[in-house]
Amino acid sequence: MTIMLMISWLLLALGLMFFLAGSIGLLRFPDSFSRLHAVTKADTLGLGLLVLGLSLQSSWREGLLMALIWLIVMASGAVSCQLLARFSDEQPSESATQQED
Amino acid sequence: MALLLFDLVLCALLLLLAGAAMLSRSLTQAVTLFIAFGVMMALAWARLKAPDLALAEAAIGAGLTGALCFTALVRYAKQPAYPQPALWRPLTFIGLVTALLLASLSQIPLQPSSAIPALVQQHLPQSGVSHPVTAVLLNFRAWDTLLELLVLLLALLGARQAPGDLPRYRGWSLSISWSRLLSPLLLLVSGYLLWRGAAAPGGAFQAGALLASGLVILRLNQQLSWLSWRHFWVRMLVLGGLLAFVLAGAVSLLLQDLGAVWLSWPQSIAGAVILIVESFATLAIAVTLTLLVVGEPKPEVADA
Repeated sequence: MTIMLMISWLLLALGLMFFLAGSIGLLRFPDSFSRLHAVTKADTLGLGLLVLGLSLQSSWREGLLMALIWLIVMASGAVSCQLLARFSDEQPSESATQQED
Repeated sequence: MALLLFDLVLCALLLLLAGAAMLSRSLTQAVTLFIAFGVMMALAWARLKAPDLALAEAAIGAGLTGALCFTALVRYAKQPAYPQPALWRPLTFIGLVTALLLASLSQIPLQPSSAIPALVQQHLPQSGVSHPVTAVLLNFRAWDTLLELLVLLLALLGARQAPGDLPRYRGWSLSISWSRLLSPLLLLVSGYLLWRGAAAPGGAFQAGALLASGLVILRLNQQLSWLSWRHFWVRMLVLGGLLAFVLAGAVSLLLQDLGAVWLSWPQSIAGAVILIVESFATLAIAVTLTLLVVGEPKPEVADA
């Protein structure tokens, strides 16, 4: 039981790390494409790890619900990322790195 | 302790987001911040153990209002020579509304009275439902809910006076297929919320808002082209909530004895009446909110 709890906390901490990395990427990366990349990648994996960690501490029904939430968030994240990238006016170029801070 | 920390962070974040949304110079940024504020507000309602409000706030405050603001922004950008009203008019309006709100604030008792919940619990078996919030909204204080539906209808009629055509976004295969994939799920969840409202948090407003968000997603992706004011049955759906409510009130007046009060359901059929009224109200709320957000699109060319 305690081993399960330890694994769960480890997964939760790892998930938070991904969220942190994604947020830093969102703030620091130069153009919108790499920002999108940072946010969606990190959040998808981070949320997955959080769900996995939390489902180790909960009943199978709650775990299933959280897994469903994760699937939906992942899919909508993928779609909205593609939409944002498609309709952002920015061109992916090297000059973007110099233009913005 | 950890929860106290969470609450403090949440409160600070709420104030920060509200301030940033108001003070932001760019309208797009302000709208984005406002949506984030709505999500945090939903969390705050959930922490205050008001899941009904949390659901409504997440669906309406964050979702639909966000979509409404963004579609308004798109329209605004299309009209560079948008007539700027004189400053005193919006200021008077804001001042009046604020004064009214502050005046109504003084009517809320500081301490929640314990007599009212006890009264609700006492009469709950006669209401036809087992969830106290639904019992209050659709039986004990049904008049308020009826007027809320009227307010929603008036809002739509008011918004229809302003001409607005959304620049048509022709849709993109990925977002179209995602909206198609998402809509049965939203339909299922809103039906569940409506049904569950009898016994647990949920009900017509939450279900209607969720259904509206699904309809808005589909509508923005150039589907459901019948969903516009021009269509007779759509207008009937918009009116349906109020009509069902008033008809139910009239019928139950006829069924009861002479001394019966307006909008009090006969005890034996109260559950069924509430379900019927709520179903029509859900549809009306969903269609009204959708038309409010998406507006009246121009007649469409066969496309995509």
